[in-house]
Amino acid sequence: MVRYFKKIMHFLLLFSRQGRLRLQKWFTPTPEREKKKIIRDMTAMVLARKPKTCNFLHWMDLKVVYKRYASLFFCLAIDDQENELLALEILHRYVELLDKYFGNVCELDIIFNFEKAYFILDEFLIGGEVQETSKQTVARCIEASDMLQEVKHTHTLAHMLIL
Amino acid sequence: MSDVVERTLTALPSLLSSDPSPGRPSSTSKLGTLIRGITELTSKHDEEKLIQRELVSIKEQVSSPNTTMMKELMVRAVYCEMLGYEASFSYIHAIKLAQQGTALDKRVGYLAVSLFLNESHELLLLLVNTVLKDLQSTNLIEVCMALTVVGQVFPKDMIPAILPMVEEKLNHPKEIIRRKAVLALYKFYLIAPNQVQHIHSKFRKALCDKDPGVMSASLHIYLEMKPESYKDLVVSFVTILKQVVGGKLPIDFNYHSVPAPWLQIQLLRILSLLGKNDRSTSEMMYEVLDESLRRAEMNHNITYAILFECVKTIYTIHPKAELLEKAAKCIGNFVLSPKINLKYLGLKALTYVVQQDANLALQHQMTIIECLDHADLIIKRETLELLFRITNGQNVKVIVEKLLEFLRHSKDDYRNISKGVYLPINECTYAPDNSWFIRTMNTVFLLVGDQMQPDIPNSFLRLLSEGFESAEEDQQLRLLAVDSYVSLLQEQPARLPQRFLQVISWVLGEYSSVKEGLEPATVLRLLAPLLDLRHCSSETKSWVLAAMTKLSAGPACLSVAQELAERHGGSLDTTLRQRLHELQHLASDGELLRRVLPCSDGLEPLEVDSTLSFLDGFVSEALAAGAAPYKPPHQRQEELAQEKALSVEPYGLSLPLSLSSSSIAGRLSPTVLSMSSGLSGNSTELSPKGGSALRLEGVTRVWGKEGYLAKAALKPEEAAKTEVPCPLSVLQEGGSAPRTPVVSLPAPAPGPSLQAEREKQQLASCLFMGLGSQGAAGPCLMGKAEPTRHGFRKKVKGQGSSSGARGPSGDSASSSPSPLSAQSAMDNLLCSSPLDSGSTPSPADSAPSPADSAPSPADSATSPADPDAEASSWLFSHWVLVVGVQVSRVRGGPEEEEEHVEGHSVAVYQYSLVPTRPSVHMELAGRASYQRPDGEPQSTPFSYGLSLPDFISRPLSVSTEEYGRLWLASSNDIKQNLALLSQEPDPLRATLHRLRDRLQLNVVDIIASEGIVACQLLQGPPCLMHCRLNAGCLAVWLRSSLPELPDCLLYHCQRALAQH
Repeated sequence: MVRYFKKIMHFLLLFSRQGRLRLQKWFTPTPEREKKKIIRDMTAMVLARKPKTCNFLHWMDLKVVYKRYASLFFCLAIDDQENELLALEILHRYVELLDKYFGNVCELDIIFNFEKAYFILDEFLIGGEVQETSKQTVARCIEASDMLQEVKHTHTLAHMLIL
Repeated sequence: MSDVVERTLTALPSLLSSDPSPGRPSSTSKLGTLIRGITELTSKHDEEKLIQRELVSIKEQVSSPNTTMMKELMVRAVYCEMLGYEASFSYIHAIKLAQQGTALDKRVGYLAVSLFLNESHELLLLLVNTVLKDLQSTNLIEVCMALTVVGQVFPKDMIPAILPMVEEKLNHPKEIIRRKAVLALYKFYLIAPNQVQHIHSKFRKALCDKDPGVMSASLHIYLEMKPESYKDLVVSFVTILKQVVGGKLPIDFNYHSVPAPWLQIQLLRILSLLGKNDRSTSEMMYEVLDESLRRAEMNHNITYAILFECVKTIYTIHPKAELLEKAAKCIGNFVLSPKINLKYLGLKALTYVVQQDANLALQHQMTIIECLDHADLIIKRETLELLFRITNGQNVKVIVEKLLEFLRHSKDDYRNISKGVYLPINECTYAPDNSWFIRTMNTVFLLVGDQMQPDIPNSFLRLLSEGFESAEEDQQLRLLAVDSYVSLLQEQPARLPQRFLQVISWVLGEYSSVKEGLEPATVLRLLAPLLDLRHCSSETKSWVLAAMTKLSAGPACLSVAQELAERHGGSLDTTLRQRLHELQHLASDGELLRRVLPCSDGLEPLEVDSTLSFLDGFVSEALAAGAAPYKPPHQRQEELAQEKALSVEPYGLSLPLSLSSSSIAGRLSPTVLSMSSGLSGNSTELSPKGGSALRLEGVTRVWGKEGYLAKAALKPEEAAKTEVPCPLSVLQEGGSAPRTPVVSLPAPAPGPSLQAEREKQQLASCLFMGLGSQGAAGPCLMGKAEPTRHGFRKKVKGQGSSSGARGPSGDSASSSPSPLSAQSAMDNLLCSSPLDSGSTPSPADSAPSPADSAPSPADSATSPADPDAEASSWLFSHWVLVVGVQVSRVRGGPEEEEEHVEGHSVAVYQYSLVPTRPSVHMELAGRASYQRPDGEPQSTPFSYGLSLPDFISRPLSVSTEEYGRLWLASSNDIKQNLALLSQEPDPLRATLHRLRDRLQLNVVDIIASEGIVACQLLQGPPCLMHCRLNAGCLAVWLRSSLPELPDCLLYHCQRALAQH
């Protein structure tokens, strides 16, 4: 894995119980082949975990923190020196954000609106660091951007907002 | 304007809330159709077909000039990429979309760019302009989007283009812009720190931002910087943490009613960096740490995360007993928690602190034992990690047993433990006994063989070859290894992992002779089937063949070799064929084998002459004969390019040699060296022994940086020096009939048949030509251990005294008296003779047998206090024959020198000895013949033992700078650990002074735990010694331009330090 510098997070994967990838975000530049290998390994390893085991795994020199929410696995790779519990809470906060946005989020929401899930993620984490921890702030940003979407045809409100 | 923006932004949620669900699936869209289509498919093959069709249709549509669906197409392309299908045609369109579209299109465009491209992608350059434009936009959201993409992917080289604009955004009225700008700057700092050296002040300003979000964003950079550069901020950090812990932040930042946990943890980490090894700084933070511990009492993951960080900080900074106690209690809570995640973290915390406080592990030993048998492998692994920190002689067996058990269980899942298996070899110094160690290592190799880290086999083999303390133990260890490997090979070699096979081959090749009764041919037959294994890699086969080559002696081996050559001779693998040829040749020529791969006892440290300085002689000969100096290939290429002319140089001759030399000559690149030196070493090895060179006509070389040429220039000078007769004037005055024959004996005589030598060398160069390049794939994994061992080691043997005057010729050398002291010694001797030499002897009176009265010359050596002078005398009743062995600086030694001494006279003859090749012990022997008046010829042999320190001229005063230059110029080196005079208050100084006193070494300099020492042989090259304190011993590194010198000197150093 290419590692230029120390980062809290290296990648985030969302996949279903069947191992289908729903979302992938790479915070570290990673070659395509490596990505495929990682995705394969991650789904295999995480899905093979038995109940009542801890939410952490070792993978190469990284720690992988995963948690299952309904039918979806959230899987975050962090630096070996990082705090696993905190990473777990990062995942949780992301789920909360999704939940707030979609309103009782389910896997289908993420499947069909994965770009929205990405937008939310980009407001929450940036370049492998936590950017904004306030749920309200993140929500406000997303909504502001979404507003543009809703009014794009009139093309006036957005300008009004700015001016 | 900003107020308007702020108001509108805050008004947005209420606007949105009228929309019941902003993002419910738009299942009618094309994306929806695609997704549903894929979900319905059952086979991977169908999915692939569908996606390919989809991609084709996207491709068509995006390239049509007036598409309105761009955003939607891009989302579909992103989806296909996520499923693992390449949609690189869409990258450029993503950039276009970000550039041209409306704000909404931009958003998707930027997202697609950040997902598709990484920092080094060239297309990103096209994004720079767009980012620039958007940063200047009056639309807040466009600025946000631009900053977001900059924080994720941005070409490093283009940072200066946007840097001023990003910096400007630090003063933006909107906090979200400021926050994103800070993060973007942090990102710049990470990928190109030298381009943003001035931004530290900006971060300090951001730290004081009134918005907590901006402030916490500014903290990232402090974790990356050296703590020394911001020690002054301790108070600020402590204050901020105090405020956060005290709940002074807006409720917005709470996470499950814990105030800003991410901010807290960030601050705790910074504090631990600041407080490390800094008492006064640590003292400032005790209070707030205590407060943090106390406040974090809620039973929630996030508080435990904070506690964990707190504990780590407390154990990192300058300790305070009260806090440590609380932290220990906290760890206890973790370890004892029924929640498995907390237990895991508890073990991790224990691992962190146990080196400082092993008692903590004792307190929780029962929990640790339970965790060791936990069903969850991850917990087990963490426990093992903890145990390795507390491994000692008593518990190593148990811990390693647990590790093996763990390895057995987790075999299918070995990636998890790639780090876990790293440890046992380190702990083997605690190994209770040899057979246990070998058995354990076998199991480890069998279990994790090819997954283990490559340095494990390396360190294992090094242990075997270098051994522990006693030679007996080492032999036993090797015997055990050989035994177990033989039986393993007899059972089921097919199941053994590659790495293990390599280890086995090496050990058998090296040490199978340790086992009595084990015929080399038997081992060969065991190894041969390995070549047939299908899973056996080419690398492993090379190992196997290398081992076989070492063993191939005798007709039985020859038949095996021929059999192999027949079977594998047609292999497509050229390495394999090459090695087979070598094997065949060496097996058929025992003489050659012994010379190419001499057996050794294996205990001496290895010495690799990486610069091939032993070839200097030949090179200078060749140069003298008019050959052009060697140029490395790249230089040749350059010159060729410059001249732009046809080369008329004969490549055929120069290329193979240049290949091997260029791979070794660079002393500055150790990797290359370790890869190739062994192999090429074989090819060059014949030369020093054979006494003549590979054919070097027309090819010369330049060695290394300091270069051969310098040495070549030096050579004639040296030679000239040795020809100069020694200063004898003083003695001449004293002696009555002085003659000063200065005899130079030619260095080792050329071999009897030059022709035969040449042929052998040609064979050798044929055999080993091109091995340098193979080295990369070949069995050089061991680095220095394996192939080089035959190379350049100088066996130290006591020089047998050869009777007669020829005795000390080539190998020995002479004492080094200053003329003055020599003379005085002689005078003393003469004066103190019981009978004056002037008295007239009456030979008839007395006829004592010389044998009776003559003291053994060796016994009569002068007292150690005056080692400069040696003399022996024979005393007869009325006349004295004094033989003063007082020699100074004759090169070599006289073969047959007869000197006649007339009766009633004193004659002084002088010869001087200069060591051409130093040795540990040398002996000067001679015979004095005399005729008594009664006509009976008599003769008495005499001999005198000399050792290397006798030839060390003193003092060799060099400055530290000169030393450095000499160091670089010397090529033969050797490293070893020496015993330290550890009972002295200053062991290093004491040890070096002992060496100075005993061996007349000059201590050049001592700096902290290192010292440099130098000495010089009389009219010989200097030998340099670098000493460093290392784990209770003295790690010395000797260098000299004379290959044997470091070795010999090292021996004497050991002796000098062993005697008390």
